[in-house]
Amino acid sequence: MLERLLILSVVLFCIGLYGVLSRRHIIAILMSIELMFNAVNVALVAFSRYVTPADLGAPGGLAENARYVLTGQGLAVFVIVAAAAEVALGLALVIALMRRTDTLDITAVNLMRR
Amino acid sequence: MGLSARDLLLVSPELALVVLAIVIVLLDLVLDRKGFVLAVGIAGLAVPLAAALGLWAIVADGGPEMAFHGALVVDAFALFFKLLIVGILGLLLLSSADYIERFSPHQAEFVALVLLSAAGLMLLAGAADLIAVFVSLELASLPVVALVAFSKSERSIEAGIKYLLLSGLSSAVLLYGFAFLYGATGTVRLVALDPALPTIATMLPAAGGALPFGGFAVLLGVVLATAGFGFKLSMVPFQMWTPDVYEGAPTPVAAFLATASKAAAFAIVLRLFYTALGGASADWSIMFAVLAAVTMTVGNVVAIAQSNVKRLLGYSAIAQAGYMLIGVAAVASDGGSLLGAESVLFYLGGYAAMNLAAFFAVIAITNATGDDRIEALAGVGRRTPLIALVLAFALISLTGIPPTVGFMGKLFLFNAAVSADLAWLAVVGVLNSVVSAYYYMGIVRTMYMREPAEPRRIGAPVTAWVAMGVATAGVAVLGVWPAWLLDIARTAAGSLVP
Repeated sequence: MLERLLILSVVLFCIGLYGVLSRRHIIAILMSIELMFNAVNVALVAFSRYVTPADLGAPGGLAENARYVLTGQGLAVFVIVAAAAEVALGLALVIALMRRTDTLDITAVNLMRR
Repeated sequence: MGLSARDLLLVSPELALVVLAIVIVLLDLVLDRKGFVLAVGIAGLAVPLAAALGLWAIVADGGPEMAFHGALVVDAFALFFKLLIVGILGLLLLSSADYIERFSPHQAEFVALVLLSAAGLMLLAGAADLIAVFVSLELASLPVVALVAFSKSERSIEAGIKYLLLSGLSSAVLLYGFAFLYGATGTVRLVALDPALPTIATMLPAAGGALPFGGFAVLLGVVLATAGFGFKLSMVPFQMWTPDVYEGAPTPVAAFLATASKAAAFAIVLRLFYTALGGASADWSIMFAVLAAVTMTVGNVVAIAQSNVKRLLGYSAIAQAGYMLIGVAAVASDGGSLLGAESVLFYLGGYAAMNLAAFFAVIAITNATGDDRIEALAGVGRRTPLIALVLAFALISLTGIPPTVGFMGKLFLFNAAVSADLAWLAVVGVLNSVVSAYYYMGIVRTMYMREPAEPRRIGAPVTAWVAMGVATAGVAVLGVWPAWLLDIARTAAGSLVP
């Protein structure tokens, strides 16, 4: 089962990476980066469920060992928060850019390469 | 599982910075004179400085301390970077007193964002598990995105968007690497990764133990994490953003990126590879050796063709990152000597001094001329002899000519490379220094040999003079008397490996 989840995660990650590299619209690129973050989350939660050193049958059981089991899910929660912050900042910049140039095409945003 | 007073004491430098940032934003609401917040910011830095020095005393006596159930570590290595970052912050705020006038009435937000980012960088230097690494990295880079776009000019916003997109991409790649490291070992603690690595064979039997790093999952994790960190280090092939962002960002922000941000990125790379992956050093040493050679060559060669001084400093930052990667690669094959790590720490200290001196001089000059092309520096030697001298001295140090810290730093780096059987890397480094002399000295020639376009003299406020004076003194003192910083760097690097 872990394999299937990891395949899903890799496929998601690659779609996201392809999107970042090929899309020209800034918001589409931001969405692609979100996709990559979500691929990470799928992998983290899958690993958290299937690969864990804690023996749940050990003394103390789930209650005692929960912090090992939940490490990956904990990181996934942080990822979700950080991704949201990043998008908020991205949209603010998009609005600022829109006010000045009327375009969101990343290939048109190249003042410094001219 | 609670929050104890001891935990708070151990993160007191970062806590002080965050509180200072909040105080500044609140003060801004009630104060009429907006310039005052900067003075509060600079004076307030005494608190994190004192806290970090106090922790240094505690750690020197009792050894490393763990905070928040092992998520953060407070050891000499982390404190070295915390002190370095506070020092950089102080000089940077001093020097930019004039510059941030143009952001009026938003100076307070600028100062607060710089402080928040610095708090993230300081946490990063002490991060002891992958979650802490990720969270502090985001805390460090998100404020910088806003700072890069702070001028609100088209150029500045373009730089901000480029930085945001590439930093998001690199975070995602880095995290995917972390996910595989976690999946392969079942732990996110850096100290626990190393002993946990042999168990990979049980997870992926097909991988066996013969492959580098011992298994596909760890190999993938390490490669992805290196790519993610490569962005922060402006390491080739992840350096594309550096010149654009340096050119578009407000100059003090570029200086912050080049010194504080880079120092913290090297801190976490050293910690990750020495502490968590120390057992596989033979595998990653050669990877970093090749990356170092490519990075400094690309940085130096492309810098030759630049006509904008901020863009040139961007390529210079790439090349300098290449030199420092030599130290990361120069891990002794027996694993006993930390010569490479301590030379990186020494170089980061010296690099902060010389790069800040260069940036401060550029800030002072471009603030007066409003033109950041290299041509505009023509005759600056006559228009402002002292600032030109500061810039020339900093550039001599960046080239690596004695009696400056740049020379000493490179000497230690190349020495570490030779003693780690990477003599060819030292040769590449020396050849690169020769190439870099062309463009660094080109600026000096433009300043002194060409006629000024206009005779008007260039002045600078007292605060900028103080900042330039301290940075230049650092370059000179460390150049003739490097032993004391080297001792500190040795102590700091010593706490990397238990």
